[in-house]
Amino acid sequence: MGEPAVMAKKPRVAVHKFSSCDGCQLAFLNLGEDLLRLSSMVELVHFAEAGPVDPDAEVDIAFVEGSISTAAAIERIRSVRSRSRFLVAMGACATAGGLQALRNLADGAAWVADIYAVPAELDLLASSTALAQHVRVDLELWGCPVSGRRVVAAVRALLFGVSPVEEQDKVCLDCKRSQTVCVMVTRGLPCMGPVTRTGCGALCPRFGRDCYSCYGPAENSNVEALGRRLEGVGLSRTAAGRRFLSINSAAPPFTEAGRRRAQDHE
Amino acid sequence: MENGFLCRDRFQDLLEALRSLGYQCIGPQVRDGAILFVALVAAEELPRGVRDIQAPGSYRLERTAGPRFFGWANGPQALKPLVFAPREVLWRAERAEDATIRFIPELPPPLRLAVIGVRACDLAALDLQDRHFLGPPAEDASYAARRASLFLVAVHCSDPSDSCFCASTGDGPRASTGFDLALTELDDGFIVESGSGRGAQLAASLALDAVTGDMRSEAAAQAEAARARQRRRLPSRDLRAALFARLEHPRWALVAERCLACGNCSSVCPTCFCHAGVETPELDGAASVHARVWDSCFTQSHSYIHGITVRSDTRARYRQWFTHKLGSWHEQYGRSGCVGCGRCISWCPVGIDITEEAAAICTGTGHD
Repeated sequence: MGEPAVMAKKPRVAVHKFSSCDGCQLAFLNLGEDLLRLSSMVELVHFAEAGPVDPDAEVDIAFVEGSISTAAAIERIRSVRSRSRFLVAMGACATAGGLQALRNLADGAAWVADIYAVPAELDLLASSTALAQHVRVDLELWGCPVSGRRVVAAVRALLFGVSPVEEQDKVCLDCKRSQTVCVMVTRGLPCMGPVTRTGCGALCPRFGRDCYSCYGPAENSNVEALGRRLEGVGLSRTAAGRRFLSINSAAPPFTEAGRRRAQDHE
Repeated sequence: MENGFLCRDRFQDLLEALRSLGYQCIGPQVRDGAILFVALVAAEELPRGVRDIQAPGSYRLERTAGPRFFGWANGPQALKPLVFAPREVLWRAERAEDATIRFIPELPPPLRLAVIGVRACDLAALDLQDRHFLGPPAEDASYAARRASLFLVAVHCSDPSDSCFCASTGDGPRASTGFDLALTELDDGFIVESGSGRGAQLAASLALDAVTGDMRSEAAAQAEAARARQRRRLPSRDLRAALFARLEHPRWALVAERCLACGNCSSVCPTCFCHAGVETPELDGAASVHARVWDSCFTQSHSYIHGITVRSDTRARYRQWFTHKLGSWHEQYGRSGCVGCGRCISWCPVGIDITEEAAAICTGTGHD
């Protein structure tokens, strides 16, 4: 991202929504006391879920939830970009196209025809894509949903006028820091931790279940080696592929690892 | 010094004696399918009859009817988390009214911990961590505080796992130094030795029986069997020259194809000490907490300097870990950084074996 300059005394902040479930906006709303402190430090000019509505306002920071899934959305994200100094993509939909990007790998029109009574009412693009495929994004906060801690850290860094620290290590490091016992090594569970970006605090492994990669790929992820290992712990080649094709299926390393296995099956 | 024999049904006396000296006992217990060091109140909580079956990328526990509390090799932890905490707050910074910044150092809470069931490899690793954190030019205050609070009760390893190779590194299976008390477990109880003045004092407070010649022979045979059972080994205790002559060996690329660069090996390694500084400011910016957290040479940020990531791919990161651990560690600490505990083998999700890689890299010229 570019060098953030020092913010105005009371920066103007907007929270926008595209194709998404609103869960990342809830990460804001669930901040509790921090939300009250935040609202006294910044001017929340647009945040429909919390009250203020002014989608066309010029802002210092725009948090954007959701993927680009319709033609109208492409126009709207360009408009948001042109009115925002910093644009923060917030959550798996905004950073990787989200769960709805599964349609990119299938016949999306057929799915729509199967589900909706009047499919013609829908103005859907053939694919669901990340914001960065349409506009310049200054910061990506991964996760489904993002963690409130990450949102606060990003706001704080921008207010200081410094680049937010990117958290891109693997979940395994947080497992070991919390002294969580490895579920893959002790139980042979098909854990995605070794290729998944940290930020959740190893939430699933701490409760004895395998990571399903809701935070998307970590930097330098060896998806091929993990794919082979998933087969080694008993998953079929197709099932191993499906582990990559979930919430972050459109994140490039996952798309490739998953597709290769799915195609081999066909 | 040999102090006597502690009957198995008197093991609780040891815990009580430590508690009366103000120590909180930490001991091995079964948690989430592994042996972990957690708070220990009663001898019944120990993993009686439990065995560990370790292999590359695999760790399983098995229950047997046997009477022994320490009939397993190790779990993922060693002593590292107790001295080099995974997250240690070092200081808090506060901004005063006049815009000056005040730094307030933090030290860990003063807890006296007695650790029961420490292995020879754990003690060798602790000695290496001491050299790093307590050696010149500066002593690390947090580490020093945690380290000074420890009372160490070793148990000589009788059941090394398939991953172990401490005999090859010269660090076990018998603990020779660094403990307050060391126990040899036999079916009926424990031969107690002391390795420090406070250990001897504590032993003197216990009701111990005489050690018989038969017990000593059994202990010796058990130690020899534990040594003989180990199949893995490193090619030599000093691989410095061999490794640095083979930095372009094709094996580095082959292991990088398998390696997840997940950092599990360095996290479970009882001697790895790399860490990162993490700043967590309050939202209002008036105060900030500075913590030291475990890092790994397998992360991108570990080799990030001034806009450049020195080791951007897994080949370079694995090679860094390996050549430091087995090579340049000699220059820094006078010995290899590997104590043969085998944790990096068992806890690697894809089962990369440090002994196998060492053998492959250190044989041949490296130019083939």
